[in-house]
Amino acid sequence: MPQLDFSTYSPQIIWLVITFTALYFLMARVALPRIATVLEERRDRIANDLDEAERLKRDTDTAIANYEAALAEARARAHEIAQATREKLSGEIDAERTRVDDELAAKTAAAEDIINAARSRALAEIGKVANETAEAIVTALVGGRWTKANISAAVATAMKV
Amino acid sequence: MAQFEIKRLVPIEIFGIDASFTNSALWMLIGIFTVCVFTIFSMGGRAVVPGRFQSVAELGYEMVRDNVGDAGQKYFPFVFTLFMFVLASNMLGMLPYAFAVTSHIIVTLMLAGTVFIGVTVIGFVTHGVGFLKFFVPTGIPKVLVPLLVVIEVISYLTRPISLSVRLFANMVAGHTMLKVFASFVVSLGILGGWLPLGFMVAFTGLEIIIAFLQAYVFTILTCIYLNDALHMH
Repeated sequence: MPQLDFSTYSPQIIWLVITFTALYFLMARVALPRIATVLEERRDRIANDLDEAERLKRDTDTAIANYEAALAEARARAHEIAQATREKLSGEIDAERTRVDDELAAKTAAAEDIINAARSRALAEIGKVANETAEAIVTALVGGRWTKANISAAVATAMKV
Repeated sequence: MAQFEIKRLVPIEIFGIDASFTNSALWMLIGIFTVCVFTIFSMGGRAVVPGRFQSVAELGYEMVRDNVGDAGQKYFPFVFTLFMFVLASNMLGMLPYAFAVTSHIIVTLMLAGTVFIGVTVIGFVTHGVGFLKFFVPTGIPKVLVPLLVVIEVISYLTRPISLSVRLFANMVAGHTMLKVFASFVVSLGILGGWLPLGFMVAFTGLEIIIAFLQAYVFTILTCIYLNDALHMH
């Protein structure tokens, strides 16, 4: 078994020490710091990215909140304006209606006055016509036995009934 | 067993000690070069979104770092180096004509011994003489204490052996098994060789898993020993 040949031990030990020591210093001085730096940079980068994402999310939330507030305000103002307009219009309409009602009432009153005057005039005319008609009829029927006054009184009595 | 042979490529001798550049040393160099490719050159871009090679480096880094724990961060570079060295050696050993550095007991024993001595020193530096209490289990009858202390000390001392033999034996067994079945393919020829060949294909996959797993186990056990020394259970 070549592993038990003691004469090969010293070169193996010497070269093992040389190569292992060389590798140790290469790793400790060059490789490991390099890897450590890269890993650290990556961790920092990820942490930064997460922070950035968090910040952007907060910004977005604020923007959404602002938007919603603005929207609510706009809605409230629109409602207010609509309400005010409605009230103003209904006031105008009421005023117009009152004005028209008054005008109509005045015209109706005037018309009624004219009608009343015409009626009383007509009624007065009717009495006279009745007297004359009755006088003519009585004269035609019974001749001059009834005086004008008697006939007028009878007509007035009849018209009163 | 030829695949485990140490060949002296450049004979070197320093103060009478054989320090030849062998095939083992060559594959150690290839190993650390491969590790550098994955951990240094792949991180050249330092991309925030990693590519494939960079992902491998980051995965290895995070896996080892999480296992070392917060208290052991000082020793993290060593544990990471250990993991990468063993993993590269195991994996490169799977290549045809390659030499598996970790299939030699002396290499794994040196690594395990370094871990063992290091962990023991850390234990004494952290807790002073109080580290000896590590060998005295709490909550047992007084009579049993001497027996259990002996058992604890023996189990502590066998740690480097179990650690090194586990890795070494896994590598040797796997490579030998592949070699044996490969020789079956040749000896059974074009007619009967398909069965061992199929088995070899499947077994190569398993060996690659084992190559990773053993590097992982070696590292995890190192982390456990380190935590024992730092926290005394």
